[in-house]
Amino acid sequence: MNLLLLFISAAIVNNFVLTYFLGICPFVGVSKRISSAVSMGLAVMFVMTITAAVTWLIYHLLLVPYHIEILEYVSFILVIASLVQLVEMFIKKVSKPLYDTLGIYLPLITTNCAILGLALFSVLREYSFAESMVFGVGAGAGFTLALVIMAGIREELELSNIPKPFRGAGITMIVAGSLALAFMGFAGLI
Amino acid sequence: MAKKSISLSKEFLKGLWDENPVLRMLLGLCPTLAVTNSAINGLAMGLATTFVLLSSSVIISLLRKVIPHQVRIAGYIVIIATFVTVADRYMAAFLPEISKALGPYVPLIVVNCVILGRQEAFASKNGVGRSIIDALGMGSGFILVLLVLGSIRELFGSATIFNLQILGDWFNPWMIMILPPGAFLTLGLLIGLGNWLNERKVKI
Repeated sequence: MNLLLLFISAAIVNNFVLTYFLGICPFVGVSKRISSAVSMGLAVMFVMTITAAVTWLIYHLLLVPYHIEILEYVSFILVIASLVQLVEMFIKKVSKPLYDTLGIYLPLITTNCAILGLALFSVLREYSFAESMVFGVGAGAGFTLALVIMAGIREELELSNIPKPFRGAGITMIVAGSLALAFMGFAGLI
Repeated sequence: MAKKSISLSKEFLKGLWDENPVLRMLLGLCPTLAVTNSAINGLAMGLATTFVLLSSSVIISLLRKVIPHQVRIAGYIVIIATFVTVADRYMAAFLPEISKALGPYVPLIVVNCVILGRQEAFASKNGVGRSIIDALGMGSGFILVLLVLGSIRELFGSATIFNLQILGDWFNPWMIMILPPGAFLTLGLLIGLGNWLNERKVKI
């Protein structure tokens, strides 16, 4: 039951993008089409889940026993960078069309703050192994949700008449603001 | 080598406006939005980021001929992460309150795209002197935006700037400004304002 609550909290109530501002770059960059938003979201969710597991193991089995927590950031980012590389190779091998759709954004997952943020948060909140896995899946689902909603709105926006200075990033931020406002309504859920 | 002819002052100034990392290039948005609920947090974040940007630019431009091309990104990230650890430990030791307020966003400087972007686009191709100027310019541009955003949000959200009362008791603080939606809305308006000003400048 607790795990379910944790999942809902990570995915909706404390949505990574809209309340913690993590992963804003892909949120602005890849939210022009729903189809690419979905595949980007799924790729991030996949990397997040693996990252949550691997960084937990590294932190609790390697860094803590040897008292080298100071290497936390360096080791986490290295793990994430190599994981993304692996996922990239894996997707290229298994599904070439998906690989082509994600294109440049796949390697950029490395510098997606949502991934490192996830690892840092689960250390900070002292989650158990199962909890950090659920947290990873939930956060990934929340990221996908926000990205897809945003892409849907932006597809509609293309047809509307926006003042010139606000075209592109400006209006995206303002729409994100309204979305964040809407998501605040979930605050009392848990 | 047309790039070499750009004077050092221009190299510095481009970071402030023409290539402002946040308003024009849309880099480093996560910390920009997350920590600007007060001016002091924005300033601290800007300074920490500039420190990391400057130190890693120096190291990377010194090592630019040594780091193999294929593994350069991983190399840059390790260098950046090292300096972020330094900044994080320093803040935890000497500025415990701010360090607490910024929370996980200090370690998240590692994945700030401004820093990696400058290393890839500038420090890895230019000498140390030029890289220092570039890092200082970009850093100042970043600090400027964070400071402006933080001040606006603090002014409307808690009627203060740097904890000094600005607006009188008649003002009913807009809670929303210090909450997440306020960050998005204010940055959206700032980006719009930046584009508008830029367009006017070009026309004149």
